[in-house]
Amino acid sequence: MTSDSAIWVYLSASPLFGLTLTLVSYLLAVKLYQTGRGNPLLNPVALSILLITSVLFASNLSYEAYFSGAQFIHFLLGPATVALAIPLFDQFGKLKKVWLPLTAALVLGITVSGFSAYFIALQLGASEQTLLSLIPKSVTAPIAMGISEKTGGLPTLTAVFVVITGILGAILGSTLFKLLKIRDDSVKGVAMGVTAHGLGTARSFQLSPEMGAFAGLAMALSASISPFLLPLVLSFVQRFQ
Amino acid sequence: MPFLTVVTLLLIYQLIGELFVLGFSWPIPGPVVGMLLLLMTLLLRASFATEMRPSTDKILTHLSLLFVPAGVGLMVHLSRLEQEWLAITLALFISTVLGLLVTAWSMILFSKWFQSERSYDK
Repeated sequence: MTSDSAIWVYLSASPLFGLTLTLVSYLLAVKLYQTGRGNPLLNPVALSILLITSVLFASNLSYEAYFSGAQFIHFLLGPATVALAIPLFDQFGKLKKVWLPLTAALVLGITVSGFSAYFIALQLGASEQTLLSLIPKSVTAPIAMGISEKTGGLPTLTAVFVVITGILGAILGSTLFKLLKIRDDSVKGVAMGVTAHGLGTARSFQLSPEMGAFAGLAMALSASISPFLLPLVLSFVQRFQ
Repeated sequence: MPFLTVVTLLLIYQLIGELFVLGFSWPIPGPVVGMLLLLMTLLLRASFATEMRPSTDKILTHLSLLFVPAGVGLMVHLSRLEQEWLAITLALFISTVLGLLVTAWSMILFSKWFQSERSYDK
């Protein structure tokens, strides 16, 4: 064995590689995004995923080996969710005024996001596992994976759909709102949080603090309601099929 | 409040959240319970928010980074994505647009509706 391959064997077994690769790719992607003057098509998450996947394929490294390092970043989704209490608190006065329409919009938005995907994929002949994995795709990653597991989907496939949905929401959101003349920051934020979870929230914070806070709120509420709501609607849908 | 203290506090709230979820076997995720508990704490003691904000802002700036590892998981599902790409692409794209529209419109509609109902009371 040459010393080169010995180094590679060490690297691919160590969590250091996956962790460093994730951070380097993300920083590069953010740089590119900034160079492109924040063009939403240069979404940093999409770019980093592309970059990392290419490196892993080129170096013949498995996702498990990569994730042994990347899990440390994945883990931070938990404390980051807790941290959303701060922007939420900042907007609490406004929240008290809109909680009733907000709750109604949440229930409708969660159901439409999940089940429109389900029915479109059903019409186009997707497999059962794909269908079930699509349902929680608008809910933030760790919760969506839990729902998927409970309803017979594939949690890791759901995680992929969650991230793609988040990227799509972040890219499409502001254009769509402009086109339809939706101007209220609280309304835009709620729509982004319900449909595109944390990635929609991150994008909303870039646009305005109020929009970000409402997106964070909507994401958090959706994460609390969806584990009850989505399986319930699914059992209803399955009864009529 | 130093950065490390804030991170420790966030972990403690998450831990309490997870314990609640385990103890009462709630289907809600632990971090969400932790967030609601922290929100309640802040409502009781507003000065906490001012002290924590510089650090939490720093964490939340990089929220999108935290989704990258899960997204890379697509390489495990490449053969499925290749076989069903049309169904998956259209389903994700159209449902995202629909989700954004329905949520925004229903929020606007319900706001008007509840407001007009309230004005009848007067």
